[in-house]
Order: sequence, then C-alpha cells, then structure tokens
Amino acid sequence: MIFATVGTQGQFDRLIRTIDGWAGAHGRTDVFAQTGQSSYQAKYIRAERFLDPTEFRNRVENAALVISHAGMGSIITALELGKRIIVMPRQASLGEHRNDHQLATAKRFAEQGSIKVAFNELELIDLLDQVQVTNDAERIASQASPTLISTIRTFIETGDVHKHP
Amino acid sequence: MIGNEVFQDKTSPRSDTSSRGVRPKLLAVSSGGGHWVQLMRIKHAFEDCEVTYVTVHESYHAQVPSDKFCLVNDANLTTKFALLKAAAKLAWIVWKEKPDVVISTGAAPGYLALRLGRIMGARTIWIDSIANAEKLSISGDRIGHWADLWLTQWPHLARPKGPHYAGAVL
Repeated sequence: MIFATVGTQGQFDRLIRTIDGWAGAHGRTDVFAQTGQSSYQAKYIRAERFLDPTEFRNRVENAALVISHAGMGSIITALELGKRIIVMPRQASLGEHRNDHQLATAKRFAEQGSIKVAFNELELIDLLDQVQVTNDAERIASQASPTLISTIRTFIETGDVHKHP
Repeated sequence: MIGNEVFQDKTSPRSDTSSRGVRPKLLAVSSGGGHWVQLMRIKHAFEDCEVTYVTVHESYHAQVPSDKFCLVNDANLTTKFALLKAAAKLAWIVWKEKPDVVISTGAAPGYLALRLGRIMGARTIWIDSIANAEKLSISGDRIGHWADLWLTQWPHLARPKGPHYAGAVL
C-alpha cells in the first residue's frame, strides 16, 4: 500500500495528478490519497479529502511508502512509524502555499538523508520508479531529543533557562 | 538529528514543586497538523504538570485523553477577524486556568496565548516549528520579547540573545 497525503492547507493538485498518472501507467491499484483542498479528480487512485488523526496514523502504519507534501505532521508521523517517505514541497508561486518554507524544510531534510525529496513532478516520477517498497526504514524515537525535553522540564520546574552554545 | 535516542528521565527526583505537592499548571497551545505533532513529541516534558491542551481540532483529544482540552479557532495574519476571535477565546482560557507556564509550538494562536499568559503572570516557552529551517516563523520572530524560554530547532538560526537551540523534536 502506498499512502499519499497533502495535509489540510490549500490545493496540491500537482502532487495528486502526478501520483495518479504514475499509478495508472503502472497499473498500481494499491494507492490511497488524502487530497485536502485539491480539486483534481483522481482516476486510478482512491482518494479522500480529510482524515482524522487516528485514521491518518493508521494509513501511515499500513503503508509501505508515504508520499507527502513537505509538512512536518506527515514527515514526523512517517519517521515515527519507520516508513519510507518521499516529499515534494509546495510552492508559493503555484498557489500551493502562502510562502516557500516547505522548500527550505525539504532541502534541509534532503541533506540529512532521512527522507527522499522530489523538487518537481519529474523527480517524483523518478523516485517512484526507483522505489523498492519492501523494507521499512528505521523508526525514530517517539519523543523529541533528550536535551530539548530536559531544557523544557528544567524551565517549567525552576524557571532556569540553560543557554546552549 | 535523527537517532534512536531513548529518554530515561522518568525516575529523576523532582525538585521543589513536587515536594510541596503542587503540580505546576501548564497551558500547551498549538495549531493543527505539524504544530500539534511537534507538541506531542515534547509532552513527556510536562508529565509532572497539570496540563490543559488548547488546539484547533476536537479529534486530537484522543491523543491526550486524560488531560484537560479546549478548542480555539485557527488564525493567521491574513484573517484579522479570526485572530480577534482566537484572542478572545484564549483570554478566557488563560483567565480561567491561570497557568504557571504557557508553552507553544506555534502558530498564531500560540503567539496570542503566550502574550496573554505573560500579562497574567505566567512564564512562557516558545518552540519555533522545525518547519522553519531558513528563518523563524513570523510569530516565532515576534514572540522573542515575550518568551522567557525562546527556542529554535535549527542551530544555524540560534542567536546569542535568542532564540536558543536546545535540540529538536526529531
């Protein structure tokens, strides 16, 4: 199962259209997409506009591959559940977001190698063609880094702000 | 940044507040989607607190079933009426709960909650979203003066007078 998701803010027809075309060309019938405010009508993949958080998590859990906009909710959930994830950032110039912060996020995460990033539709198709949807990636811990947790905890308890270099 | 870190601080002895038998009251505020997911990843830092969550979707309550939970409408700078409405609701919540600490992972409702909390004497924590990798969010930039603990999740965005970097949710 491949799970595609675009979050809740604004249309992201470009992502849905590309995946739909790829699924049609390869006869994939196991693609499910959460399409949000996109208006493109998918022909080959099953689609639902919005999912509640529990169902969203279940969809990710049951997927071998997640394809997503560069939204942190999707990225973190996929990494927490040990799923391979390909992201394509929304672009403000195409009316897909208010600004281009998804481009910046995607670049940073691409540098780290924890996720695959497609910066346009052709790169997305290339990544989909390459993908081996067999093994799950490694899960990350279910919590933030220990330093962040202890910094917050210390501040709540004592009001001390530990300044890190 | 991504690793198999295991946080093992559950047994650490609590200092002043628990010995007095008083749990700090914490108001944890976030918008939906990634903001909420990031708040969930730091919630272990609140386990000794009496927590009230304030967010924008009722369905999130299932993830924190034993804590108090309030709804606020989402808003941003382009929706002035929604901002006012959110501010009024948050003012009511802050007045009612009288939190010791207000924490937020963004966005606009969290900014308003920190400002209102500060007026009511609460200490405030802002954790700018990890999605802001190139520059701080608008709220995250403007909140600096009112956040007692002002954090970014990217080391290259940290500055000597804040925001500070103390790790990330990943």
